[in-house]
Amino acid sequence: MNMMRKTIAEGVSLTCLPVSKFKTGILSAQFAVPLTASAAGAVALIPSVLRRGTVNYPDMGRLSERLDNLYGARMDDTVRKIGECQCAGFVASFLDDRFVPGGERLLEPVTALLGELLCRPVTENGAFVPAYFESEKANLLDAIGSIRNDKRLWAGRRLLSEMCAGEPYGVSRLGEEADADALEGPDLYRRYRDLIQSAPLELVYCGSASADEVEDALREAFSALPRVSVRTLPAVRPHEPRPDVLHVSDSMDVTQGKLELGFSCDSDDYMALLMGNTLFGGSSNSKLFMNVREKLSLCYYASSVFHRQKNLITVSSGIEFGNYQPAFDEIMEQLRMVQEGRWEDWEIDSARSLLLNSYASMGDAQGKLENFYLSRAVTGLPDTPEQLADMVRAMTPERIIEAMRTVRLDTVYFLKGKEAAA
Amino acid sequence: MNFTQYDRIGERVYRKKLENGLELRIVPRPDYVRKYAFFATRYGGMDTRFQLNGQWLDTPPGIAHYLEHKMFDTPDGNALQDLAKNGAEPNAFTSNALTGYYFDSTRHFEENLRILLSFVSVPYFTKESVDKEQGIIAQEIRMIEDNPDWQIYHRMVQAMYARNTGRTAIAGTVESIREITADTLYRCHEAFYTPSNMILSVVGDVDPERVEEIAVEILPAIGGPVIPRDYGQEPPEVAAHELRRTMEVATPQFLTGFKCRPAEHGEAWFRQAIVGELASDLLLGESSPLYLRLYDSGLINSSFGGDYELLPGYACFYAGGDSRDARAVTDAILQEAAKIGGGQLDHALYQRVRRTIYGSYVRSFNSFETIAVSMTEGCFYGYDPFRFPEMFESITPEDVCAFLRENVTAENCVLSEIVPGDAGTEETPCAGV
Repeated sequence: MNMMRKTIAEGVSLTCLPVSKFKTGILSAQFAVPLTASAAGAVALIPSVLRRGTVNYPDMGRLSERLDNLYGARMDDTVRKIGECQCAGFVASFLDDRFVPGGERLLEPVTALLGELLCRPVTENGAFVPAYFESEKANLLDAIGSIRNDKRLWAGRRLLSEMCAGEPYGVSRLGEEADADALEGPDLYRRYRDLIQSAPLELVYCGSASADEVEDALREAFSALPRVSVRTLPAVRPHEPRPDVLHVSDSMDVTQGKLELGFSCDSDDYMALLMGNTLFGGSSNSKLFMNVREKLSLCYYASSVFHRQKNLITVSSGIEFGNYQPAFDEIMEQLRMVQEGRWEDWEIDSARSLLLNSYASMGDAQGKLENFYLSRAVTGLPDTPEQLADMVRAMTPERIIEAMRTVRLDTVYFLKGKEAAA
Repeated sequence: MNFTQYDRIGERVYRKKLENGLELRIVPRPDYVRKYAFFATRYGGMDTRFQLNGQWLDTPPGIAHYLEHKMFDTPDGNALQDLAKNGAEPNAFTSNALTGYYFDSTRHFEENLRILLSFVSVPYFTKESVDKEQGIIAQEIRMIEDNPDWQIYHRMVQAMYARNTGRTAIAGTVESIREITADTLYRCHEAFYTPSNMILSVVGDVDPERVEEIAVEILPAIGGPVIPRDYGQEPPEVAAHELRRTMEVATPQFLTGFKCRPAEHGEAWFRQAIVGELASDLLLGESSPLYLRLYDSGLINSSFGGDYELLPGYACFYAGGDSRDARAVTDAILQEAAKIGGGQLDHALYQRVRRTIYGSYVRSFNSFETIAVSMTEGCFYGYDPFRFPEMFESITPEDVCAFLRENVTAENCVLSEIVPGDAGTEETPCAGV
């Protein structure tokens, strides 16, 4: 794939991925800002308020009508946490011209609508329409609250907020309830103006149109973007290691306990940590899966994630309340096994193959491509999937052992039942 | 192997029924690196009562799902690991009416396909290995039971269907799975994991002839007999209209469901599925007047959505999300359905909804998983999912009005709610279940 990246206006970068095998094209427009506890709620709210109406399509009914007529084009408002940045905007997805009955073109009208959503919201007295603001604020508060409904998500969230308290990485992508609750309409509009004037804007296109066609459509659609001066994004702050392990637990009315462990890593050999984590808990053949689940039958899921941008590993597992200690001990034992290089050849071969498979097939999924290239742009980590695959091929057991030996337990979070708490 | 070309959606499908009864479907995708194989049996959570060798068997709820977990065991170890060694990402799932095993790989496709066909067709269980799985699946069930979305849905279905086995929890309960033994698992495998009850779908840059050769080489030469199944005699009415329970949730959530007339086997099944989708979008999709009115009044938010599901002897149309007043939303749905069902259809809206659904069908063929599952269901229920543009054109606005008139009524309605509070407090006992 011939990826093309260029700056098309001040602080506006376009990444073009020309591929014609998909039924659809996607076009993403994301503003990137430093993630902060105080602003996260406001930034998260902006796309959903913008999604309520533009000057030409001033309510949801007219917007939906427009999208229906574009053969069900989608215009999804998105908020993502990428490293210690927050990305907010829209991802448009629409039928490729080949499949539009009657040969209608969709790239230009969809791009125009995307530009309009970001640059020309419907306003009243120099602010967002108060009814739109109020109803989307209530929805945001509901969305923040409902993280609690999914206990696995909730436990993972609690672990990071405790482990990275005071660091941007500890902030949720939607912000905290109290900050969102305190938002006022005029402030939000000011925040929005600041975003479109000064935040880097990342555009990612993947589909069958040529880079020139996409650029022309975007220049037209974003001609009204009022750029003033564009800020740069700060680098990620490394996690402050803790002298003693932090233990936190909550009680809820649940039938299954959630055990979450956070580890800090002190190596800059990124690929060695990623492969070490894949061996440890990153696949359905990892040590956690084979031992905590298959050998000891302690859980249905036990897995780990390497947080590349922040150099952390987190482990997540759902267990019976009474099995806290055996599960904890086994997770730590399996980490030791990886740190001592005690694995069989097939384990490392399969970790290697799994990563190569995922890099090789990335070009087969538009959503993955968009997320990968957006993350790459926002974090400044330069590698392409091909380069990452080369790094996997060159990895040695010695490097994995050396990197994994820097992994230290930092925080333990346990969600338990109400009876267990008594 | 014979193929059919579908120019309107840019697809080609190779089809063949092998002598042992296995249905083969291959969709070539020359520009893709991924190769995806999906091997499915028509056997799922609802197939608990069936006849084997002249005898009716009643098996415990959750057994199809339990069997799925145990199929990965082989005399030499575990098929997951064999596939992983080749860089394949294998997995499986059990739904109400099917169990599917699949892998995704970029290399060693043929070897991976051999492993897949072999571990699914050759059972290997011991008492120890079956007992050991109890702990894992019990935790899976606990995880599901703590999920409010599942609770709302499951309780709605249980109130709607008194007998049809589509009401069974797919994973069973912690209690029901204790009755499962290696012997019962072998019998279920014998009945349902036979080529004549299965379909193999492959999507990717593969040679169809090679896929056929490998299937012939690995799978048994002779397929088993047709297995009579009993899904239960379902009365037309619902067992309860309203049910509510408390759970540890942040906001009240609900689903309003309507018990619908089940679909007939064949093209009619596919037609009814599309009519149901059109009806759902027309009545309560994002551009419907009802959605916009409810959203503006704060009675629903963007979590609101609906769906239409078909199983043998079972059909359910439902919608829901977060709401502070689920009763008011339900009443509004009923009123609007009566209005449209009575002939007050906005024809411009109808045309727009058609465009959107057309777009979403074409879009869905980006996904290898969706292609494989659609072909599998099409095979089980007797239709060709690639013919949706033609099927679509045969549907009239009156079909959609009639669907709403007949199905979306107060008599067929079940409202299931979860409200914040201590878990498990039943405010409205659910009669008859």
